[in-house]
Amino acid sequence: MKPREIRLSTTPTPEAIAELRLGDIVYLDGLMYTAREGVYMRALEDKANIPMELPSESAANFHCSPAARINADGSFDMGAVTATASFRFAKWLPEWMEKTGAKLIIGKGGMTSKDYKSYFVPNGAVYLSTVGYGTGALLGRGVENVEAVHWNEELGLAQAIWVIKCNKMGPFIVASDMNGDCLFERENAKIAQNIERVYEGTKPAVLKRYGESDDRSDEVI
Amino acid sequence: MIPIDLIQKTAEALMDKAAIEIPEDYLDGLKKAAETENGDLSSFVLKAMLDNYEAAKEDRRAMCGDTGVPRWFVKLGNDARVEGGMCALETALRRATAISTNSVPLRPNRVHPLWRTDHNNNVGIGAPEIEYGFEPEGEWIDLITVHKGGLFGTDYRMLFPSDGIQGIKRFYLDSLMAFGKRGLACQPAIIGIGLGGSKDICMTLGKRASVLRTVGSRNSDPRIAEMEEEFKELGNSIGMGAMGFVGKNMVIDCNIEVGYCHTGGMPMSVHAFCLSSRRAVARIYPDGRVEHRTDPDWFTPYQRRETVDWEPIREAAE
Repeated sequence: MKPREIRLSTTPTPEAIAELRLGDIVYLDGLMYTAREGVYMRALEDKANIPMELPSESAANFHCSPAARINADGSFDMGAVTATASFRFAKWLPEWMEKTGAKLIIGKGGMTSKDYKSYFVPNGAVYLSTVGYGTGALLGRGVENVEAVHWNEELGLAQAIWVIKCNKMGPFIVASDMNGDCLFERENAKIAQNIERVYEGTKPAVLKRYGESDDRSDEVI
Repeated sequence: MIPIDLIQKTAEALMDKAAIEIPEDYLDGLKKAAETENGDLSSFVLKAMLDNYEAAKEDRRAMCGDTGVPRWFVKLGNDARVEGGMCALETALRRATAISTNSVPLRPNRVHPLWRTDHNNNVGIGAPEIEYGFEPEGEWIDLITVHKGGLFGTDYRMLFPSDGIQGIKRFYLDSLMAFGKRGLACQPAIIGIGLGGSKDICMTLGKRASVLRTVGSRNSDPRIAEMEEEFKELGNSIGMGAMGFVGKNMVIDCNIEVGYCHTGGMPMSVHAFCLSSRRAVARIYPDGRVEHRTDPDWFTPYQRRETVDWEPIREAAE
């Protein structure tokens, strides 16, 4: 079955979000901003003022550092854009969502259903995953304009806030929904049925490692 | 004598090619995978990736926003001489890396591990890595750039002879399972396995097996070549595809490289060269000729030699 394709605003209505189903393919229109660990730490831990009106300007937070440059005349060139793995940002996201009203968290790999149920759903937010991962050139084509770069001096190009005007930017895959269900966990569960067969005949390594035993009084031999 | 400005100019061209053009061998492998894939979501992903390679080439933009960490492998024929010597060569490669990071543009990925200092040019302490190899004949120099991405998909473990092939299989599967879920390894990938060597060389062998060998190449030891085939099949039988979705294409190819190790051990490393398998190669001759290609052709009989002396003439006569 071919997945469903949907155009979505980066300031989506609650109804539009409720419509989304796991595995839908989404293309975005409107303003999107990048924010990852550098931005979260500066905004939430150092309490710096966020240099945008959120969520009215944008409710779409992209976990991304673009392949881009700032030209000598102050203009921008953005080539490719690809997401970075989101699970590392779980520590900051609940507070970030509360503060910014973000409704679309866009990144790589998704979060856990526990994250979705505990703070995505209560905030009316869903997770969109990039595709591949590595459709950087296709996503780059969806960048109509770079509107601004904030905090470049403080954080550097890779961690700065890039404000991007999207025009049918995509594809993205809906990876969580308003039930708090997780697309990746659904797929993992299907694959898990195979594991025993694939591992048949192998045996645990002679020398263990911590992590394979959580009891640090154990030996690893 | 190979002119230094030609080295820098060629290196800049290679940086651009690596970031933008998917190598033909990987593309062919992925096309074959796309034909066999029947998982709905996995199929969609592979199709999108094929579109993406086209878009990158058409627009001359990087194929992926994470443009990896640029590094260099340099191979010299035994009679090669570089204008200004090898330090000049290293400066030229560092300059090309910095210039191309801005001109393509690439993402300035390289930062200090503690202070997170970013020079915005992918150059810093130990970056880009420059590694060397030699061949017994020739006045040429091969420049190979690899922009391997990814924080995931790589692991090392000290196994022992009593772990056997089954132990190798298990650690291989563990690596695919751990990093394949949610597609963290950006599979389907070229999986490189390093077996033997000392700990650091074990990592190097696995890395080189993934980034310096092409899809469809086989180890010159027929029994290892058989293992490569078997491991490719095994990885693709997990039932996991692109992005960790249900599917049957996880491994575009599996390459194994070995090195002699301590008699008591059997160290093993696993590396994954992702959907954006960025590599580009050029051979430069003293007369100014430059030949571009995508096969690094790193693992020659000389690189895999196991004798004390190298006597190519006798080998050829046999």
